[in-house]
Amino acid sequence: MIAEFFSMGGFGFYIWTSFGLTFLLMLAEVLYLRQQRRTNLKRIQRIRKMNAGSDS
Amino acid sequence: MNWFRYASPVEFYPLAGRMVPWFAVAAALSTVVGLYWGFFQTPDILSQQKEYYRIIFVHVPAAWMSMWLYLVLVGWAVLGLIYNTRLSFMMAAAVAPTGALFTGIALLTGVLWGKTSWGTWWDWDPRLTSELILFFIYAGYMALQSAIEDSYRADRASALLAIVGLFCIPLIYWSINCPDPTQCAALHARSSMSAIETNILAAMWTMVFAFWMYSFAVIFVRVRNIILERERNSTWVSRLIGGGPS
Repeated sequence: MIAEFFSMGGFGFYIWTSFGLTFLLMLAEVLYLRQQRRTNLKRIQRIRKMNAGSDS
Repeated sequence: MNWFRYASPVEFYPLAGRMVPWFAVAAALSTVVGLYWGFFQTPDILSQQKEYYRIIFVHVPAAWMSMWLYLVLVGWAVLGLIYNTRLSFMMAAAVAPTGALFTGIALLTGVLWGKTSWGTWWDWDPRLTSELILFFIYAGYMALQSAIEDSYRADRASALLAIVGLFCIPLIYWSINCPDPTQCAALHARSSMSAIETNILAAMWTMVFAFWMYSFAVIFVRVRNIILERERNSTWVSRLIGGGPS
């Protein structure tokens, strides 16, 4: 019965590829944004340390 | 409540940060509901189309998002040009990659549907062609935005490009719903909500809602990234990040 569900009347490949691609692309966007945020935060910390160093 | 308060990146940054988890949870929940509904509460056949019609549960929401997000992008670009607010341009820039992503998803899933439904991966029919053009307009907007070093000029130039690219949205719409059907290619049937079974429609709308929630979540995360990136030398960012990540 499970095999029947996944075969989707013989169209399983097209359906699961569609849903798979959609969610992979969304996941990639989320992971990329997280990476971008980390890079940003590190950079700001560096700028902050640099400024603190020049103040004192 | 004074909404203009939130037109400032300093005010909007924490607000957006607080809203992201809510949108993310709403997106996840409605995706689960939409997929369950779409796979278990719907008939196997939609008119002459067999199981493969289930691709619409990602294809149609993605295609709609690609158009709506473009309107959102242009809306922010126009606000930016009129009121000269930094945040408006940041919002426009934050919307573009997600809009492009949904355009890509609509095209890819459309290709898979086309193979099952029409027996061909691709055909230069008006709707497929105009959706592809929309993808290039998104790409052009992002390329222009990043090509100009000075963000003041980059924002304004790309906003103009976005407004020019607006022609594509009615083109995509009319490529099916044109006044004279004989002038349109017949690959996509004229869209009509009443022709679709209620459960299929409900699952599709749930997925549309899920994609909106997802869009809000990722666009707010991205606009926060853009704010940090552009204002990294300001004292408020320095103070904020110094006090621990938020």
